[in-house]
Amino acid sequence: MGGGRPTSAAPSSRPFAIELKGISKSFGPVQANKDINIAVPKGTIHGIIGENGAGKSTLMSILYGFYKADAGEIFVNGNLTAIPDSQSAIRAGIGMVFQHFKLVQNFTVLENVVLGAEDGALLRPSLAKARKSLQDLAQEYELDVDPDALVEDLSVGHQQRVEILKALYRQAEILILDEPTGVLTPAEADHLFRILKGLRDQGKTVILITHKLREIMEATDNVSVMRRGTMVGTVKTAQTSPEELAELMVGRKVLLEVEKKPAHPGKVVLSVQDLRVKDEIGVERLKGVSFEIRAGEILGIAGVAGNGQSELLAALGGIQRAAGTVTMNGAVLPLVGADANGRARREAGIGHVPEDRQTLGLIMDFTAWENVAFGYHNEPKYQKNSLLMDNDAIRADTEKKMATFDVRPPIPTLAAKNFSGGNQQKIVVAREIESDPDLLLIGQPTRGVDIGAIEFIHKQIVALRDAGKAILLVSVELDEIMSLSDRIAVMFDGRIMGFRDPETTNERELGLLMAGVSGDAA
Amino acid sequence: MTKLPTWADVVLVPLISLALAAIISAFVLLGIGQSPTEAFWVMVDGALGSAYGWGYTLYYATSFIFTGLAVTVAFHGSLFNIGGEGQAQLGGLGVALVCLALPWPHWTMALPAAMVGAALFGAAWAAIPALLQAKRGSHIVITTIMFNYIASALLIYLLVNVLRPAGQMDPATANFPPGTHLPTLNEIPILNLIFTKKVPANISLFVALICCWLVWLLMWRTRLGYEIRAFGKSEKAATYAGISSFKIIMIAMLISGALSGLMAINNVMGESGRLVQNASEGAGFIGIAVALMGRNHPLGVLLAAILFGFLYQGGAELGLWTTIPIELRTVVQGLVILFTGALDQMVRMMLGVFFRPRPQARAA
Amino acid sequence: MDYATLLQVLDTTLRLATPLLLACLAGLYSERAGIFDIGLEGKMLMAAMSAGAVAYLTGSVWLGLLAAIVGSLLFAAVHGLASITFRGNQLISGVALNFVASGITVLIAQSLFGQGGRTPPLEGAARFNPIKLPLADELAGVPIIGPFYAEVVSGHTFLVYVGLLMVPLSWWVLYRTRFGLRLRAVGENPASVDTAGISVVRLRYTAVAITGILCGLAGAYMSTGLQAGFGKEMTAGRGYIALAALIFAKWRPWYCLWATLLFGFFQAIALRPDVIENTIGISIPVPALDALPYILTVVVLAGLVGKAIPPRAGGEPYVKER
Repeated sequence: MGGGRPTSAAPSSRPFAIELKGISKSFGPVQANKDINIAVPKGTIHGIIGENGAGKSTLMSILYGFYKADAGEIFVNGNLTAIPDSQSAIRAGIGMVFQHFKLVQNFTVLENVVLGAEDGALLRPSLAKARKSLQDLAQEYELDVDPDALVEDLSVGHQQRVEILKALYRQAEILILDEPTGVLTPAEADHLFRILKGLRDQGKTVILITHKLREIMEATDNVSVMRRGTMVGTVKTAQTSPEELAELMVGRKVLLEVEKKPAHPGKVVLSVQDLRVKDEIGVERLKGVSFEIRAGEILGIAGVAGNGQSELLAALGGIQRAAGTVTMNGAVLPLVGADANGRARREAGIGHVPEDRQTLGLIMDFTAWENVAFGYHNEPKYQKNSLLMDNDAIRADTEKKMATFDVRPPIPTLAAKNFSGGNQQKIVVAREIESDPDLLLIGQPTRGVDIGAIEFIHKQIVALRDAGKAILLVSVELDEIMSLSDRIAVMFDGRIMGFRDPETTNERELGLLMAGVSGDAA
Repeated sequence: MTKLPTWADVVLVPLISLALAAIISAFVLLGIGQSPTEAFWVMVDGALGSAYGWGYTLYYATSFIFTGLAVTVAFHGSLFNIGGEGQAQLGGLGVALVCLALPWPHWTMALPAAMVGAALFGAAWAAIPALLQAKRGSHIVITTIMFNYIASALLIYLLVNVLRPAGQMDPATANFPPGTHLPTLNEIPILNLIFTKKVPANISLFVALICCWLVWLLMWRTRLGYEIRAFGKSEKAATYAGISSFKIIMIAMLISGALSGLMAINNVMGESGRLVQNASEGAGFIGIAVALMGRNHPLGVLLAAILFGFLYQGGAELGLWTTIPIELRTVVQGLVILFTGALDQMVRMMLGVFFRPRPQARAA
Repeated sequence: MDYATLLQVLDTTLRLATPLLLACLAGLYSERAGIFDIGLEGKMLMAAMSAGAVAYLTGSVWLGLLAAIVGSLLFAAVHGLASITFRGNQLISGVALNFVASGITVLIAQSLFGQGGRTPPLEGAARFNPIKLPLADELAGVPIIGPFYAEVVSGHTFLVYVGLLMVPLSWWVLYRTRFGLRLRAVGENPASVDTAGISVVRLRYTAVAITGILCGLAGAYMSTGLQAGFGKEMTAGRGYIALAALIFAKWRPWYCLWATLLFGFFQAIALRPDVIENTIGISIPVPALDALPYILTVVVLAGLVGKAIPPRAGGEPYVKER
C-alpha cells in the first residue's frame, strides 16, 4: 500500500459502531479474508466495495456469525464481542439483509418478521405485537408492506423491505446490506437509498456492500475498498472519485472500453416477432418482444435482472416454451412441443452460453472433455460408429479448445467443478463459439469471472462478430453492454422499452428506460 | 473436510462401510448371545469352503448382479428404483408364461425366449412408475414401493386362481417342460471338473456377466449412457443440452426394470423350474445394497454381488448349523445400505483423518 | 349392507386406521421439518417388537409402551444422524433402517422367546384393553347415533383415543405455537431459520424425535392393542401406507385423519369380502382388496386427486451458504 493512502484510518472522530481487527478466514486453500482491519463510525452509511470474489460477503458473514473467523477480533460499540452464531449477532444489535433473501415464501410478512423473535411459546400475542410495531416502522421509515400478504406474492423490492423490517424488529442498530440493488430497478434502488438515509438520520449505522461505483458515490459517507481478500483502504466518499475507487478495486487502470472496429451488419439472421413466455404458474414474463439481429452485429439487451431477459434467452435456446414467431436464417423455429429443444436449436445454428454456467452450461461432476461434448454429443465427429461414441476424439478436441481459449489447467480429464469460475466460463464459451454458430446467445458472459478472463472473453465475442456472426448479448452490467454492443435494446417488465445506439446514448438515458420511466413503445 | 484421493473414495469407503456393518452385526450377535467368530467361520466354510458352497454363492450372486445392475442404471439417471423386487416377480411371471407356452425342444431356444419374456414383464412393471415420474412428477421411490406390494398381490392371485394346475395344493405353476432346463455348472464340460456335486448356479451366470459388460458399454460408451448420466447429474443442464427428460426417465427405468426381470431366468428357470410364490426372495432389495456397495459401476456390482452371494449362502448355512436366525442377512444388508448410502459422509470423515496433510501443531 | 354390519366395518376401520394415523402424524412432523422419512415402517416394527417383548416379560403394557418409544427413538436417532448431521441421502437411510428393523426384530424376538421370531401371546395387563366410554350403555338405545357411539366410538383401546387426540393437538402445535412456526419454516427454507439465530440442527432433531415417539405409539398399538403380541413383519407395509396417506393429506393434520380413515376402511372391507359381495353383488378376490390401498396411493400420486406440494426444503440436507 503506497502513496500515503489511509489504510484503516478513521475518517471521523465519532465512536465506532463496528471495528474489525486482523480478521482472516480461509476456505481450504483459498484465503477469502487476509488480516482485515476496518472501523465503521456510528450513524454513518459505510460502503464496502470490491469486485466479485474480493471477500466482502465473507467478511460480513463473519460479522453476522454465519462463518467463524480463523483469526481476529470484533468490537461492537467499542466492546470486544464474540459472534459465534447469528443469535449473538442479533443480540449485539446487528441485522443483515442477504443478497438472496432468507424468507419463507409461503408465510405471511408478519410470520416472517416474527420467526425467531417470538415473545413466548404461543404465536398469537407475538403476531399482535409485531403487527403494531410494523405499523410504527412503516411510518417512520417509508417501509410499508401489507403484513398479511404472503411473501411469494410480493415483488422483489417489497421482499427486501421485509428483510429490513425483520432486522429492525429485532432492534438492529447496525444494518448490513449485501448487494441490495442487484435485483432492483433504479427507482426501487433510489427508494432503498432514501430508506437507508432515513435510518442513518435516526442514528443507525448502515453497511452497504456493493460492486457498483455509482451506488457508493450516491449513498455512502465513507467507503472501504477490498481487493482479493485484503482491505485496500478506507476513504471519505466526498473526497474520492469513481476513477480512484475503480483503480483501487482492480489494482490498475481498468480498460472498460473494448477495442473494436465499426460493425458491418449483413443479412438478417434472427427475426423475433411478438415473442411471449409464461412461467409455470401462468404469469407472463415476456410480453411480446420483437427484434432482428443481422450477421456481423452484436445486439445487447440491457435491463435490471428479472425483467424477462432470462426468459428471452431460454425461449430462443429451446429450453422454455414460448409463443410468437421466431425465424432463423429464413426458417421458422418451433417454439412448443418436442421439436423445441436445445438440440434442435444447435442444429439450426444457434450457440448458447447460458446465464448460469454452473447449473445449465456445465455438468459440474463431469470432466472437461465430457463437458466439451455437452449438447454436441450427437455430432458425427464425436462418434466412432452408429452405436458408440468416440471418447478419444472428444478428448483430442478438448485439448485443442483448451489451448485456443487458454483454459487453465489444460487437463481434459479434470472435473469441471475443479476449474475456477473464469476457466469454467472459457470452457463453455469455447464449446459454443467453436461449434461455429450463425447466432450466439450469450448471457452474463463475465459474471464471476476474473479481469483477465473478462478481456479475453470480450475479445472472442468481438472476433465472432467480425467473422460475420450474429450475437445476442444479455448482461446486467451496463458497462459491458455499452462497450460491446452495436445496438442496445432495453428490457423492462417483459417488454423492450426501446433501441439505442451505444455511440449516442448514455447511462442516464438507459437507466430511465430500464426503470420503465420512459420508452418508445407504448 | 479433507478431500479423499479417488482410489480411497472408490476402494476404501465401501470396504470401511462393510467393516462397520460387520462390526455392528458382530455386536448384534453378541447381544443375542451368539458367537460372531463361530458364525463367521460357519459362513465362510459353508459359502466358500467348497466348490459345492461356491455353487450356491454364485447362484445367489447371479441374481444380485441382475438386480444390482438394475439399480445402477436407474441411479445414474438419478432415479432410485426400489421396485426391483416387484419387477423381478413380474419377470418370473414372464419366464413362466414363455416356458409353459411351448414344449421347448432345447434350452438354447427356450433361454432367449424366456429372457425376452422376463425383460418385457420386468420393464412393463417399471413403466407405470416411470411414466408417473416423467409426466406427473410422482416420486418414483414411493410409486415403486407401492408397485412391489401390488406385484406381490397380483402374483398371489395368479398363482392361486389362474396358473395353479388342477389338483395341486401349493400356489405355484406346473413344472416347466424338460427342454427349458438350463445347464447348471456341474453339467457344463470342464466346469464339471470343479463342480462335481449338483449346484444351482447355472448358465445364467454368464448371461449376468455379459450384462455387466453391456451396462458398462451403455453407460460410458454410448450417447444414451452419456445422456442418462448427464440427466442424473443435472436435470436442468440436460434440458439445456436438448436431452429429453421424458425419454431418459422412461428408457432408464425400462432398462432397469428389464434387468430386474431378467433375474428370473436364474431363479425361476434355472433353479426351481416352476414359478412359486415370492420367488425373488428379496433379491430385488439386495440390488440396492449391491449397487451402493459397488459404487454404481458394473465391476463393483459384480464384486458386491459375489459378496452378498456369500452373505446369503453363509446366512443359509447359519440357519442350518446354528441357532442364529437367517434374518441376520437382512440386518447386514440394511447396515451395508446405511453405511454406503446414507452415512457415507461419516465414513469419509473418518477416513479423512488419515489423509489430512500433516498438521503443524495444534491451534495455538 | 345393514346398519349393524356397517357399524362393524366402521369399528374395524377405526381400529385399523389408528396405526396408520399415528404413523402418518409421525411422518408429518419429520417431513414438515424437511426430513423425508420412509423409515416409518421400520420404526413401527421395532416399536411393536419392543412393546410385545417388554410387555410380556414385565406383564405391564405401560412398560411395553415405554420400550416401544425407546426402540423407535433409537432408529429415529440413527436417521437423524444420517440425514441431519452427516447430510446423507434421506431416502436411502429410511430404506436401510427398514431392512435393519425387519431383521433385528426377528433376531431379538427369537433369541428371547425361541418361538420363530414371535413373542408369546399377551394377556391381561400386558396388553391394552378396550375402554368403555361414559354413557355408552345408556345411549345404546338411542336410534342410529346410540349404536354408533356404543359400537364404533366406544370400546377401543387407549391408543386409539390418543391417536384421535393427536390430530387437533398436532394442528394446534403446528399452527398456533412458536415451535410449530419454526418447524414449518425449517421445512420450507432452513436458511430463514438459521439467519434468525435458531439452530436448524436442533429443530430438525426435535422433529425427528417426535416422529420417533409417535411411531413408537403406532408400533406399540400393533402388538399390544390391535393384536396380542408381536409377529414377524407384523406391520406389513403400514408404514408405507401411512406415508402415502401423508401425501394424500398434503402434509396437514386434519387431512391425515381423513386419509388414514379411508385407508383403514379399505383394510376393513378387505377383511369382509362377504360384505362387499352382498353389497355390490360381485366377488372381489382378496388380493385385489389387499392391493387397494397401494393402488389408490398410486392414483393419488399420479395427481389425479389434486396436486400435493411437499415442503420445499424436503429431502435436502441444509448447507450454509451466503
